[in-house]
Amino acid sequence: MARALINVPKTARRGEVIEIKTLFSHPMETGFRPGPNGQLLPRDIVNRFVCTYNGEEVFRAELFPAIAANPYLVFTTVATESGTIGLSWTDDGGNTQTESVTITVS
Amino acid sequence: MYGPSGVPTRRRVLAGAASLVSLALVRPGRAAEGQLTEALAGFAEGREIRRGRVKLDLVPLVENGNTVPLTVTVESPMTAEDHVAEIAIFNERNPQPDVARFHLGPRAGRASVSTRMRLATSQNVVAVARMADGSLWSDEAYAVVTLAACLEG
Repeated sequence: MARALINVPKTARRGEVIEIKTLFSHPMETGFRPGPNGQLLPRDIVNRFVCTYNGEEVFRAELFPAIAANPYLVFTTVATESGTIGLSWTDDGGNTQTESVTITVS
Repeated sequence: MYGPSGVPTRRRVLAGAASLVSLALVRPGRAAEGQLTEALAGFAEGREIRRGRVKLDLVPLVENGNTVPLTVTVESPMTAEDHVAEIAIFNERNPQPDVARFHLGPRAGRASVSTRMRLATSQNVVAVARMADGSLWSDEAYAVVTLAACLEG
């Protein structure tokens, strides 16, 4: 399991625009880099990131090899209600890692 | 240029070969401009991309091309009728033109995304925003890269 650093405010006022910061540890191997034996290392990147808010998708990103290793993504969403914010990263092999944080909206 | 039997003369064959070789020696720069133009055309699907409303923040001098922070912000009320639906980022001289596609909507509240990209060499980066009504707006920034990405580490 890769490490995900997530920064989401624990509380927010209803209607407030909150900033979500994420950092996911992954080498994001581009497929253009030669390995020690001279052959190109195969591509292996996180190609998709989805953020859900109480189950509804609020942000989605398609990532390409030009994204730096350990993908850093910052975006915003409106704090509509208390609940769970889900963040998931999917790599080229179809493996998905999901993290959840709760937010209290008053 | 053709001999009596219709066969091309030696002079013509050599001239033809020379022009082929010069095509192969075209600097990567020319191919790169085509790569960016093609990628933008593919994203635009026939619509015009206008400059404005989008702000691409990219440092002009990059020490390490392996990790280059950038932020894209778009002026938009982000309401159901008027919001940014998608932000696409393209580059000019990496092996591939795509960098990222972000899908937003009214629930974003603000059209602002940040990430870090790789830059293989000094080049232009373009951010295009597709609005809810289909219109396209863009901003472009140039970065000089001291240490190229993709080649080591």
